[in-house]
Amino acid sequence: MYDVNNIYEAFSIEEAVRLKVEHPDAKIIAGGSDVLIQIREGKLAGVDLISIQMIDELRGVSMLPDGSILIKPLTSFYEVTYNEIIERYLPTLGYAVDQVGGPQIRNIGTIGGNICNGVTSADSAATLKAYDAVLKITGPDGKRTMPYLDFSLGVGKVDLREGEILTGIIVPKESYERTYGHYIKYAMRKAMDIATMSCSANVRLSKDLKTVDRFRIAFGVAAPVPTRAVSAEAAVQGMPVGEALLDTVSKAVLQDLNPRSSWRAGKEFRLQLIKEMARRCTKEAITKAGGKI
Amino acid sequence: MRKDIHCTVNGMEREFNVDVRSSLLEMLRGEEHAHSVKKGCEVGECGACTVLIDGRPFVSCIYLAIWAEGKDIMTSEGLVDKNGKLSDIQEAFISEGAVQCGFCTPGFIMSAIPIINADRKYSRDEIKKWIAGNFCRCTGYQKIVDAIEKTQEKRLREKGLLK
Repeated sequence: MYDVNNIYEAFSIEEAVRLKVEHPDAKIIAGGSDVLIQIREGKLAGVDLISIQMIDELRGVSMLPDGSILIKPLTSFYEVTYNEIIERYLPTLGYAVDQVGGPQIRNIGTIGGNICNGVTSADSAATLKAYDAVLKITGPDGKRTMPYLDFSLGVGKVDLREGEILTGIIVPKESYERTYGHYIKYAMRKAMDIATMSCSANVRLSKDLKTVDRFRIAFGVAAPVPTRAVSAEAAVQGMPVGEALLDTVSKAVLQDLNPRSSWRAGKEFRLQLIKEMARRCTKEAITKAGGKI
Repeated sequence: MRKDIHCTVNGMEREFNVDVRSSLLEMLRGEEHAHSVKKGCEVGECGACTVLIDGRPFVSCIYLAIWAEGKDIMTSEGLVDKNGKLSDIQEAFISEGAVQCGFCTPGFIMSAIPIINADRKYSRDEIKKWIAGNFCRCTGYQKIVDAIEKTQEKRLREKGLLK
């Protein structure tokens, strides 16, 4: 038996919002692979839960009329990885969430839960930041959208206001069209581990494949929240493809990031990881795009 | 608070009246008496409680019993036929020496089901990826991979997909 006070079940978005307004201290549970473990550890003992697991309208991946990709938040990591739209247009995201835990966790863990937890190590986070994802949120006062870039407020804190729940993650066509990406998770083990450092980069090259038209790079565990390294992106805009570009990225990312020491790794090691992973991730993305380094 | 849950367990339609705070693991062991579902770490790390839900492996310790409503659940008990004859994957675990203390075995076997049901051969590295959510502290894993590999080859041969 889990040490919870009560579980309220929502079967629609409206019901979830109403329950959240009625029970503002209750915790939303989607897949439960974080919440139920925190309950077992005693951190959330006696909590009230609002289960949104059975809201089927919050599941699935589709392409919107304008070509953007809508990922509904209860879509499991497994369903994201093996979805045809994701495999074709956003393989970097599919690969990134395939690095979470183990097969069983990837069946229950949801992409929405991954980003609403607000942890910096979330495997989907760096890639969604690097693809300029936009979030759809529904609350008692109606719907709103916001860039995922501004969603993370601090460790475990996200911009979900009273009674609000996440209802969609949108990757705009502008972000993925003619764009090639790569994700690297650095962890001690190949499975069942949390990232010591993660990096997601994507690039769009000019028609002749010689210069960078658009570049995005984001990191997990390199700051209190998943962070896009905007200085590095600006620094290589329009640069010719080559070793000098990799040197520039590798140095410039440090201006945007602030890793800390933890039991997993020291700050110095993380700084080294950041420099090396920025280089390798960028090189791989450029290679996939057809550029030669 | 208690709730009635309707689901299919090993092909049988079942109704359970559960405390809403229960895990699926507790429902399967306590109500269904499916004791192949082992209570190990209870935080989703060891995989000993792995069951199939609608054909995919889940750790039943971090799955609320109330979420089982309408689901098709399968445990290792469901692999044995009416006469008590073990299935090919269970026999392979025995013949390959993939069972030592046996605590992790039912969970590993459930994780192996999607692999042996697939219509293509998985490499040993792929098998390792799909059983990465299960711990075994006795065998060193090689014989478990052997058993899964042997069974998937047998099944592919039966389907005419492997010579």
